[in-house]
Amino acid sequence: MNFKLKIWRQKNAATKGKFEDYNITDVSSEMSFLQMLDYFNDKLILDGGDPVHFEHDCREGICGSCGLYINGRPHGPLKNTTTCELHMREFEDGSTIVIEPWRSKAFPLIKDLVVDRSSFDEVMFAGGFVNINTGGAQDANTTPINKKISDRAFDAAVCIGCGACVAACKNSSAMLFVSAKVSQFAMLPQGKTEATERVEKMVAKMDEMGFGYCSNTYACEFDCPKGISVEFIAQMNREFFSAKVCSHKK
Amino acid sequence: MIKLDSKIPQGPLADKWSNYKTQLRLVSPANKKKLDVIVVGTGLSGASSASALGELGYNVKVFCFQDSSRRAHSVAAQGGINAAKNYKNDGDSVYRLFYDMIKGGDFRAREANVYRAAEVSNLVIDHFSALGVPFARDYGGGLDTRSFGGVQVSRTFYAKGQTGQQCLLGTYSSLNRQIAKGNVTLYTRRDMLDLVMVDGKARGIITRNLLTGELERHAAHAVVLATGGYGTVFYLSTLALGSNSSAAWAAHKKGALFANPSFIQIHPTSIPVLNDYQSKLTLMSESLRNDGRVWVPKEKDEKRKPNEIPEDDRDYYLERRYPAFGNLVPRDVASRAAKERCDAGYGVGDTGLSVYLDFKDAINKQGEKVIADKYGNLFEMYEKITGINPYKEPMRIYPAGHYTMGGLWVDYNLMTTIPGLYSVGESNFSDHGANRLGASSLMQCSGDGYFILPYTIGDYLADEIRTPRFTTDTPEFEQAEKEVKDRIARVMAVNGTQTVTSFHKRLGKILWDSCGMVRSKEGLEKGIELLNQLEEEFWKEVKVPGTADDYNQELEKALRVADFFEVGRLMCQDALDRNESCGAHFREEYQTPQGEAQRNDAEYAFVSAYEYAGNQKTPVLHKEPLVFENVELKERSYK
Repeated sequence: MNFKLKIWRQKNAATKGKFEDYNITDVSSEMSFLQMLDYFNDKLILDGGDPVHFEHDCREGICGSCGLYINGRPHGPLKNTTTCELHMREFEDGSTIVIEPWRSKAFPLIKDLVVDRSSFDEVMFAGGFVNINTGGAQDANTTPINKKISDRAFDAAVCIGCGACVAACKNSSAMLFVSAKVSQFAMLPQGKTEATERVEKMVAKMDEMGFGYCSNTYACEFDCPKGISVEFIAQMNREFFSAKVCSHKK
Repeated sequence: MIKLDSKIPQGPLADKWSNYKTQLRLVSPANKKKLDVIVVGTGLSGASSASALGELGYNVKVFCFQDSSRRAHSVAAQGGINAAKNYKNDGDSVYRLFYDMIKGGDFRAREANVYRAAEVSNLVIDHFSALGVPFARDYGGGLDTRSFGGVQVSRTFYAKGQTGQQCLLGTYSSLNRQIAKGNVTLYTRRDMLDLVMVDGKARGIITRNLLTGELERHAAHAVVLATGGYGTVFYLSTLALGSNSSAAWAAHKKGALFANPSFIQIHPTSIPVLNDYQSKLTLMSESLRNDGRVWVPKEKDEKRKPNEIPEDDRDYYLERRYPAFGNLVPRDVASRAAKERCDAGYGVGDTGLSVYLDFKDAINKQGEKVIADKYGNLFEMYEKITGINPYKEPMRIYPAGHYTMGGLWVDYNLMTTIPGLYSVGESNFSDHGANRLGASSLMQCSGDGYFILPYTIGDYLADEIRTPRFTTDTPEFEQAEKEVKDRIARVMAVNGTQTVTSFHKRLGKILWDSCGMVRSKEGLEKGIELLNQLEEEFWKEVKVPGTADDYNQELEKALRVADFFEVGRLMCQDALDRNESCGAHFREEYQTPQGEAQRNDAEYAFVSAYEYAGNQKTPVLHKEPLVFENVELKERSYK
């Protein structure tokens, strides 16, 4: 297969970036999208060029490192799929593929297709944990948890922290990401004790990091590679309002 | 002259750890604040070590090469985590978990360490539950378990097919809590490139800031390596592409012995190689063998599609060869059996290098929904990669390089042969012998970090309370930084005609052929020779674009591959030195008439620990005898 690639190239945050056009030939339909980029970079290196920087690690859709904006969609055209799981057989031979980094104020660009997502970690430092020390936990089966609730908590917990929700959102909102963690803990007895403080701290940090507000377009759910539901945003809003109404600070 | 002292405590097996803990010295809370500990790696073992040490009040610095500590490769572990809870009332116990691991490891692990790992396994499950890890539950609200290979009880706790992700995010949350409290400082996007020793003790590390290329010095009273395994030495493996051995290798060059390097697990159920540019082999969890049946056609050159082949024409070779364990034989056995069938010409797929893993019977019996609940995400992952729907057609699978049982030699305290340098999780060698049983790595990594290291490191640090925080402005740091700088300059200067990846691929192929599932004296000797040649070519022909003082992903790769030549050679050397077959190490010269591994307990019941002697020089072999006081050594049979 042959493609035209339109790739965002930017040396660093201080310099201006632009799209560069490239042609790539003899691509196998069995290649994954990132293997296609490896193949492309190998040629670029041997031609004396500067390889395109992009992030990747596990290449099986679970580490959340990779994240490219492909033809106007985070992680490309397939639903419930990360960039590394995408294969070239999904693209039409001879077509043009546009590849961009995530674009959001809270994810500053580092180089080419690599952005800084540490704002996600900052939100987690603010409260994405249960305050419990190692040792002294009681036997795990002394706290039964209804299977439905536990399964629901799991559905929220599958977030890989890739940032596609933010990239998909016209407001660059991180509500889906934050709500997934808030909801997971709020549903489980282990996390319930601190649910009020947690949601307040995490939402405050989210705002501080420059993420936008949610205007309910559901683009985040549509483009989330793990299919996390916007119902968790509703759940977080509920947690947040109830925290504000019966705040511990009063 | 290095003398190996495993420091295994005296006394009955079941009491060793509890008695030993009471004898370990403590550091007072006031003194802990004055002590700095470096932890390299933020996977399950690194994040658990860092958070547990932070909770105790030590001043911890933790490093990872990824942009976030949540991405370490523990995240990709799928099937589960073992614990001896006996929630199923099926006769499980700490002793039985210990015995299964010792036997699974083909009697090449230390009894005391393995028993301790089994002992703390229950604490790990309790702790993860308390952290809010959403393990699978049954309808009564209790935790559910499933079976794994090499075992006849159901002791594997799980969270669908992404147990590693959920456990890692649990440790990540506990690490974040300590970061928020200021007890732990996180450094992301850093590669550890050297270990700094002062007066014979580990005192710090040199890191490269991957975004700026800047070399940085970090000092501490102790250093903990939680840097994972070296499976990417094969290039194609189930590991993340960034996983590497460079930190452990830097420590090895500075005097830490490297143990059992040839013990490397080839996982039986990976998606096979599909094209020449393949960069990664994706694992299909071993848990699938609970319900999936492995088979190949009975006839060579079978042309029919799998669903068209009737039962009578199928060879369920694992069930045939190993009736007691069937599809749930341990990984090394399952891998070799697949290779045997494919080598004999019964393999399927275009290349003939794969076998079927079939869920038809399970779906007929349990219904598609039950199977989807158990393995839904794995089935989806398989379909995304291959384009084939495994609910309708059997999966095709083949073995792939996976987990390294070998690693830095550590004593009972998890300390390497360098005082003050510890190694936890997959980066050490201690608990899995010659073969790791499924779901025991999440268990070991979390046990090491949460419940073992925090006790043993205190005993060492108790002697350090009079050592004030020290500057990195010393000749030792100066020298280490200079060596790193020179090495980087050397690789940048080559400016040859071939990419780093092309060398890595060739290196991986040499090792897969010579030191993979089946090894021979002749093949290994040839492998070493080929590695030597390839390494020389690398230093003449590799091309690293860009500059060293910038974000340069090719340079990161080049430094890692440069170390892999040496790691690969050590693997081959160890495989040559061990004239027996055991676990994952299978020398074709040493097999039973039935084709099973033939151990030689009289001569090889020891841990091989290698001392670095310089590049392309034969390393010095030290032997730690393995003494079995509680189990009887016997042939490991799963028939």
